[in-house]
Amino acid sequence: MGSQAATVAKVVERTAPERVVVRFAGDSGDGVQILGTEFAKSAALSGHDLITFPDFPAEIRAPVGTTFGVSAFQIQFGGPKVLTPGDAVDVLIAFNPAALKTNLADLREGGLVILDEGAFTKRNLAKAGYEESPLDDDALAAYQILKIDIARRCGEAVADTGASKKIADRAKNFWALGLTFWMFDRKRADTQKWITEKFAKIPEVAAANLAALNAGHAFGETMEIGRDVVGQPLEASFEPGIYRSITGIDAMAKGLAAAACCAGIKVAYCSYPITPASGLLHALAALRSKGIVTFQAEDEIAAATAAIGASYGGALGVTGSSGPGIALKSEALSLAIATELPLVVVNVQRAGPSTGMPTKAEQADLAMSLYGRHGEAPCAVLAPATPAECFQAMLDAATIAIRYMTPVIVLADGYIANAAEPWRIPNVAELPDIAPDFRADPENFQPFQRNQKTLARPWVKPGTPELQHRIGGIEKADGSGHISYDPDNHQTMTDLRAEKIARITEIIPPVKVERGVESGKVAVVGWGSTYGALNAAVKELLAEGLEVAHVHVRHIAPLAPGLEDLLRGFDHVLVAEMNGGQLRRLLRSEFLMPAEGVNQMTGKPFKVQTLKTAIRAVADKSAAKGNGGAA
Amino acid sequence: MNQVLTPKDFTTNQEVRWCPGCGDYAILKSVRSTLAKIGRPPHEVVFVSGIGCAARFPYYVDSYGFHTIHGRAPAVATGVKLANPDLDVWVVGGDGDFLSIGGNHLLHALRRNMDLNLLLLNNAIYGLTKGQYSPTSSVGTRSPSTPGGSVDRPVNAALMALGAGARFVARSADTLQDHLPEVLTRAQAHKGASLVEIFQNCIVYNDAVWAGMATKAESVDKTIRVADGEPLLFGKERDKGLVFDSNSGRMQLTEEGGDAEKLATIHDETNWALACALSRMDDSSLPTSLGVLYCDPVSDYGSDQEASNGFSTLSRDDLHGLLHDGGTWEVEG
Repeated sequence: MGSQAATVAKVVERTAPERVVVRFAGDSGDGVQILGTEFAKSAALSGHDLITFPDFPAEIRAPVGTTFGVSAFQIQFGGPKVLTPGDAVDVLIAFNPAALKTNLADLREGGLVILDEGAFTKRNLAKAGYEESPLDDDALAAYQILKIDIARRCGEAVADTGASKKIADRAKNFWALGLTFWMFDRKRADTQKWITEKFAKIPEVAAANLAALNAGHAFGETMEIGRDVVGQPLEASFEPGIYRSITGIDAMAKGLAAAACCAGIKVAYCSYPITPASGLLHALAALRSKGIVTFQAEDEIAAATAAIGASYGGALGVTGSSGPGIALKSEALSLAIATELPLVVVNVQRAGPSTGMPTKAEQADLAMSLYGRHGEAPCAVLAPATPAECFQAMLDAATIAIRYMTPVIVLADGYIANAAEPWRIPNVAELPDIAPDFRADPENFQPFQRNQKTLARPWVKPGTPELQHRIGGIEKADGSGHISYDPDNHQTMTDLRAEKIARITEIIPPVKVERGVESGKVAVVGWGSTYGALNAAVKELLAEGLEVAHVHVRHIAPLAPGLEDLLRGFDHVLVAEMNGGQLRRLLRSEFLMPAEGVNQMTGKPFKVQTLKTAIRAVADKSAAKGNGGAA
Repeated sequence: MNQVLTPKDFTTNQEVRWCPGCGDYAILKSVRSTLAKIGRPPHEVVFVSGIGCAARFPYYVDSYGFHTIHGRAPAVATGVKLANPDLDVWVVGGDGDFLSIGGNHLLHALRRNMDLNLLLLNNAIYGLTKGQYSPTSSVGTRSPSTPGGSVDRPVNAALMALGAGARFVARSADTLQDHLPEVLTRAQAHKGASLVEIFQNCIVYNDAVWAGMATKAESVDKTIRVADGEPLLFGKERDKGLVFDSNSGRMQLTEEGGDAEKLATIHDETNWALACALSRMDDSSLPTSLGVLYCDPVSDYGSDQEASNGFSTLSRDDLHGLLHDGGTWEVEG
């Protein structure tokens, strides 16, 4: 092990970075996700802001050692604010050659790679497709390298606990965690407590994991490695409050619980398993909470129609899926629109079309959400911008659905669903009251008599005396709700359904500049999970003196008020999306505005660098034109 | 509380729009009288339907009603029960609705065993789309989509239900006013999913497809009305009987000249194999079975769900607890 000290000794003194990016990568059975989650927890407890991004394969247990079986977990932590999981990796921990091969390209020049040297066997090298060992040639010349036989060292440490070799092998993620805890000066107490509780029923595993954690830490301390390579990042500037770490999925689950609480009704979550939306079904089922019932339906259509039935029955029906499943729900959504029932539809978008890349993120279902139904079938569409914001998005969706008696589509994606960040827990006493105004008075009751302000029809719970009525997908007479084929009535009802959705703008906050100038050269417009990357790119360009602004659209149907006026204040409107330009086309058609696009469909979130390059290119065009002429 | 009600209490002011002579009129009459007899107040009753002639049903029953989309009524009804398990929920569909486009939902509604009353109005044809053959049409059915006669074999609804794990399977026919209400009453009383297949005549596109069942007089030889604990006898003189042959798993006629009443198998509603045999009497010498073929209750989905996840409102204190579960940390000002 003499070599590692020598390698690291070359490191020049570095100033403390604002933020550090660490990526753990290994076999899908190596426990990389647990390792990353525990590391993130410790970063939060040490006062850093952070965003994590797990990147796992679709295969549950891909053949060991293969590149397609590599599971990774990336975290950017530090301060004063962390907006993305990070473009370039500062520290890569690779548990085998396949993990090195698939992740090395993201390591910054001069970055540190920690290798489990014992895993670099001939067989594993061959499985990863290495003809020559990267340890023997100059493949790693541009990086700092730390070679440790993690499995052997972990095995030695764990041996004292009397654990089997199998248990010892599986503890190596905790050994690596211990090492990184040393590197970033973390306390082990919380993780030790977590291990003890998590493995309470298998004490030999708990003992082995604890021994591994402590041994990894001791190894770092003894060898004094790693600390000087990257330095300690800044602490974050958080507003005072109680915080927790939360993924988008968990925030959605808790947001739905909040909706049940604030509305005082049952939330019925009806869903069919699909990646990556299943997590929401699991999270809600695990809550086993009052106010929430979960239902695993026989298919996507049943999930949607059961949710509609639940709403008809007086609960808030919610269904969730990903692209292909949402497509199957399309007919049912039109039914909910025609019968004017509240419904929340969560789409955790993934890369498509068809099966596409189920574990990878994309934003290509926006057009489907806006237009993908038969008939003139408008509904509300909104998109949370960050994992923590998913909480408020569910509460907003429930509010709109109940108040306007309409389906509301919430567009999340595989990134926002699985990424985690610190969240300041709201004071529940301050959450709004969104209780529905169930109709109970039989006097002059008509099922399609509308609220003059919202145009919503009354919601009546079956079981309410003297209010029996019938609704259905056939066109209904305005007011009475009787079946009607009257031409003028159909025109009226179609107009009313559209106008009702348009009126939602009355309760939507006006769109504002997230960061940057109120008017100027380039407005960078995004929606959904790209928030962090856009905001970081604009921040850096502002620092370079560019007249840019970040505008983020959270309400896409109806479009947030004030958007058009705001965008007209800029020479250029650049829409950044992980699709072919779906919001861009909407802005062009709605505002007759020559919006341009930066579009990426790689299944991965935008890198800040990619966006900066695109924004600069647009700004340069503006400069070339001289005065930047109004678009 | 059940109260004294009449069929009129379950009659809406909507003009019924089925073809004159349609079997659905008779079924509607039976349903209204059954609901009145059961006595649940109309506001506690919900009718859910899909698409098709049969699916117009909710408009004509003065209860809560939801006319949904093709095939999905069992799933919508499941949602209604999830929201409010106390409602008496009826699902009405035709053979296309329940067995073709919505076959999956029927299968799962039955095996899930939520307390739904599912009425399959089987006329072996697509009526509303003008007469195409359906999944219950017999081989050789000539229709606009099968001018040379259909070639695919029909599904046996009762057998499918039994295979799916249904705990209540019954049959009757549209005009049997002395039989259908009784079967409907049993179905409603059954806690769990209950399927009633009602042979129904389509006077326009498939007239007389169930010939021999329309009246009691005609039906005595063509059908057998089964009753729990009673010998399986039929015929005008009740001189013909059925025996369950355990080797073939089939029903056979009792020996000619023998004492049918003595020889006939006693119907046992909880005998699944017998129910299967009674469901598939394809031989033309054998009658079609009517009545409750199978009834063997187990705990229903709603009860299980309520027991494990009893509903109460989520209070703000509860929510506070949920939001703070797992690790939290405080940032001081």
